[in-house]
Amino acid sequence: MAEEGTREPIIELVDVWKIYQMGEVQVKALRGLSLNIYPHEFVAVMGPSGSGKSTLMNMIGCLDVPTKGKVYLENRDISQLHESDLAQIRGQIIGFVFQTFNLMPGLTALENVMLPMTFQGTDRRDREKRGRNLLTLVGLGERMNHKPTELSGGQQQRVAIARALANDPDVILADEPTGNLDSKTGKEVMDMLTQLHEEEGKTIVMVTHDQRLSTYVERIIQIMDGKTTESLNHNRGGIEDDEI
Amino acid sequence: MIADFFTISMRDIWCKGIRSWLTMIGIFMGIAAIVSLMSLGEGLQNAMDEQFELLGYNIIYVMPGSSLVSMGTGTAKLDDYDLKIIKKIRGVELAGGLITKLAKVKFKDETAYILVSGVDPGSTQEILFDGTGIEILKGQKKFSESDRYKAFVGYELWAGNVFDKPVGVGDRITVNDKRFHVVGEISRIGNSQDDLSVYIPQETIKDIFGVEDDYMMIMARAKPSYDPEDVAEDIKKALRKDRGLDEGDEDFQVQTMKQMKDSVGIVLDGVQAVVIGIAFISLFVGGLGIMNTMYTSVLEKTQEIGVMKAVGAKNSDILTLFMIESGTIGLVGGVIGCLIGAGLSKTVEYIAVVELDQTLIKASITPELILGALAFSFIVGCISGVLPARQASQLKPVDALRYE
Repeated sequence: MAEEGTREPIIELVDVWKIYQMGEVQVKALRGLSLNIYPHEFVAVMGPSGSGKSTLMNMIGCLDVPTKGKVYLENRDISQLHESDLAQIRGQIIGFVFQTFNLMPGLTALENVMLPMTFQGTDRRDREKRGRNLLTLVGLGERMNHKPTELSGGQQQRVAIARALANDPDVILADEPTGNLDSKTGKEVMDMLTQLHEEEGKTIVMVTHDQRLSTYVERIIQIMDGKTTESLNHNRGGIEDDEI
Repeated sequence: MIADFFTISMRDIWCKGIRSWLTMIGIFMGIAAIVSLMSLGEGLQNAMDEQFELLGYNIIYVMPGSSLVSMGTGTAKLDDYDLKIIKKIRGVELAGGLITKLAKVKFKDETAYILVSGVDPGSTQEILFDGTGIEILKGQKKFSESDRYKAFVGYELWAGNVFDKPVGVGDRITVNDKRFHVVGEISRIGNSQDDLSVYIPQETIKDIFGVEDDYMMIMARAKPSYDPEDVAEDIKKALRKDRGLDEGDEDFQVQTMKQMKDSVGIVLDGVQAVVIGIAFISLFVGGLGIMNTMYTSVLEKTQEIGVMKAVGAKNSDILTLFMIESGTIGLVGGVIGCLIGAGLSKTVEYIAVVELDQTLIKASITPELILGALAFSFIVGCISGVLPARQASQLKPVDALRYE
């Protein structure tokens, strides 16, 4: 945190509001939220259900734009961008890992990993080579041609992680990445994210309500009623096997 | 990238299984109908053209009656006087009459009612056997002036399709109880009416039926340097003048092969247009089927669309994916439709030839027809997919991801 004064944030939210109109009722999901996330950080966004975690993730992930306020990604204001530009940013700068894996059921593991590169127009041979490398990296070298339904939950999430890395993004957004996994597989996934953060220097933003995962991250952003309360994490070190 | 999109779309179509096939039914029914009808129509047109070609474009036919329907049934007649007028016209090289009557023809112990034509050994015979593709395959090549009770038989007779046994050169038949000696076999013309006929010398038919110069038809051959259309017009004018009739009140018909071909063509085109119109309705319904399937597909795949957008797909990518999918459904439907349509028309052709001995019905399956049908089915698929694809592409990624 001491460095933060001298570093440029990779993600910056300034007084962000998100208001949904539900019939006659206005729901304020984010209420003037501001935060900075710096390059190579591993951050957890935590908060109770309905606190605005997912809305915050959507803003950071360029999946949605704020009603009011500014969202900067690598110093670029994305709050006014057109959908095709947002798609470009999502494809190049951000890798998503979802709670429910969200793999394409009709495609094989390898094709799923190749998909983000397809949308970036990467040459087929390069795509295939990188897809194979990434699946080998996540330990699925032997299951490249399996469809998602032929893979376990943990394996599917590993395919999703490989897919998130496809275009070598700077930021990985993980939305409850262990939410649908048993604790042993969940730990494997968290170890993989930690490895990506430490060895590849990826900025990882993880949304979770699982307090045990806080031990993996450097910083916790608590969110409550659409506003943040940040805290440093002093318990970092991961979950020991005997805690599972 | 399009190739990859194509692969993804094909997977989706394959994954939908029976639903994809059911969707395609509408398309391939329409395309099958179009391909079979157009190929048969085209084939029929070609066969007719061949027929007209065979009968010669420089021959002008003059028939009694004000229309083809009333031909020979009215009181109007064509006689030797008319023949003389026609022969005098500049541009007419030869002219001859044909007396045709329905007669009782007997061969061995069997009887059949057949059109018997009396051919004048001079001009009529020359126009018939020299100016056209009709020829005597076997036996004597022409009637001589002295021939009386001799006959040429058409294809249906010598092929054995009329009587139990074929009637060939050397056989004896009776026409209205008069014995005739078969001296020639006429080449196949291609339509059963012309092929089912017996030709005898004109003087003989006059004797048998007690008629003098009651022509069923007068045939005139235009001189090579004259346009048959102009000569036909001159014949019309001359006959009209002689009969004191105004234009439009004629009690005779003058037609060239070209006019006959055109009028048959108009009828054929009309029939084809109606039937193809019905096929287009089927295609329209097929298109609606594709649209329905694609809308369902958009709903089913909303979350997948969200995921694709999350990993970098632009609106245009989603639009392209869905358009390829609907276009492919149309195209595959088109391929199956072409196969079924071609099969159908070939079956009709086979039945016509083998069962009905009818060579006029031929399936003309040209590359243009197949390519046109495929392009059309693809376009129908694409058009049907436009609205669903637009809906899919404009989904907000955040809403699509949340959709369950």
